[in-house]
Amino acid sequence: MDFHYDTLEQLLEAARRENCKLSSLVLLQQAKEMECTPQSIFDRMEHQYDVMTQAVQKGLEPGVRSNSGLTGGDANRLANQINGQKHLCGDLFTGALARAMAVAEINAAMGCIVAAPTAGSCGILPAAVITMQQEKSISKKECIMSLFTASAVGMVIAKNACLSGAQGGCQAECGSAGAMAAAAIVELAGGTPDMIGHAVAIAIKNTLGLVCDPVAGLVEIPCIKRNASGVSNAFVAAELALSGIKSAIPADETIIAMKNVGDSMHTSLKETGEGGLAATPTGKRIFQQLFGTDGAKGGQSI
Amino acid sequence: MNVFDIVGPVMIGPSSSHTAGAVRIGYVTGLLLGKPAVKAEIHLHGSFAKTYKGHGTDKALIAGILGMMPDDERIRNSPLLAEEAGLAVTIIPDSIPGAHPNTARIILTSAEGGQVSVQGSSIGGGNIVINQINGLPVEFSGQSDTLIILHRDIAGVIAEVSQYLGERGINISNFRLSRSEKGGIAIMTIEVDGKVEPFMNEHISGMPNILRSIALRLH
Repeated sequence: MDFHYDTLEQLLEAARRENCKLSSLVLLQQAKEMECTPQSIFDRMEHQYDVMTQAVQKGLEPGVRSNSGLTGGDANRLANQINGQKHLCGDLFTGALARAMAVAEINAAMGCIVAAPTAGSCGILPAAVITMQQEKSISKKECIMSLFTASAVGMVIAKNACLSGAQGGCQAECGSAGAMAAAAIVELAGGTPDMIGHAVAIAIKNTLGLVCDPVAGLVEIPCIKRNASGVSNAFVAAELALSGIKSAIPADETIIAMKNVGDSMHTSLKETGEGGLAATPTGKRIFQQLFGTDGAKGGQSI
Repeated sequence: MNVFDIVGPVMIGPSSSHTAGAVRIGYVTGLLLGKPAVKAEIHLHGSFAKTYKGHGTDKALIAGILGMMPDDERIRNSPLLAEEAGLAVTIIPDSIPGAHPNTARIILTSAEGGQVSVQGSSIGGGNIVINQINGLPVEFSGQSDTLIILHRDIAGVIAEVSQYLGERGINISNFRLSRSEKGGIAIMTIEVDGKVEPFMNEHISGMPNILRSIALRLH
């Protein structure tokens, strides 16, 4: 079971051949690669999962406010909607939205998070997996294991495209996080390796071309809401794949497409704070309110 | 690359480059001073200068100077903690010609009057590169064990250090020397494959003509 992370298909084929979950294979391979025991790798991932869980809990409480004062409190609004049984979409879906925004708001408020794969997209994977634990009664152990499957997807994307908004736009951050989360959800729901592949492909296709245009260069507007949208994309992709719906374009080809789209994306749309929403009249006004008129651009953030 | 590069690092938000990387630059500077700082002059360049308030870059740098790492929950309260520790901080939005957009130059002074100046850039994902120490060009990331050694520019000093490491099975993966003038103060930066144990650094610190040696690992 020697494998690299060059293609997703190679990983899925190994899981089919061994007739086991992708996460177990990744755990063993990583233990070998890092020259330590599978248990110690699992324990370290458990720590990441615990940090994620704490970020969700803190973010759902009232009173969260970002360092700039621009954002905060929206996850709590969603939580109140659920608590009052006024939500439209059901506990699983609205719960996932609330959790994604909770973590993203904690990030903006200088709280502790796990970059997954980045700080800007840090709400998507925790929201997906913790929602599966809480709404579908999946064990914590399985949830932690699913992070290995998500990581494997992230590594394949990192090898063939990229994971930073500055290089590939938001598709590389929230898009990749959505694909990683979709893979984790499918595994937790008992899906096959094939279904994981299709879920990843569908998730990436749905965010292809998404630009990184943070207002005033800060990881807040639109990043926090894109975490909600990112986890919704993950559930859409997982639900479709679990129903047996296939992606016509294989996952590995969608990753290459993402790379090509990122390369042809204009610099103003890659985390420079110069294009998209950052360049709107309101986006510019917010920049001036925060940082004055000095300098035409809001700077970059990763 | 491993799974914890993808699901990780655990860090204080909001930005791996503007917050986590900034903590690391401050940390290296504090370590190089070697004693509690009483004065910090922080020059910010590029995106750091423009967005530091929104990203908490100032808080992150101060936290690092105080010895915190990127996952420390106290980072957001670091200005208050600095005040309590008797550290006076000045933040100066500046322009450093030719520097990476996310660059800080920090000048720290200790109660005894010792001083160190460090310039570092945050290059993405929380990774940093230190570009200058006391005005001398250097280049290291702290991703592997690194020795930073200030020494007198005298024949045999480098050989003695490298021989000591070699005898203990420590392989040097990268070496760089920088000096102000012939016979003046020089800085060796030595990145190695294995682990530099504290006793090794202490031994090197005690060698003749070594002014200061620190062992660093950020990841």
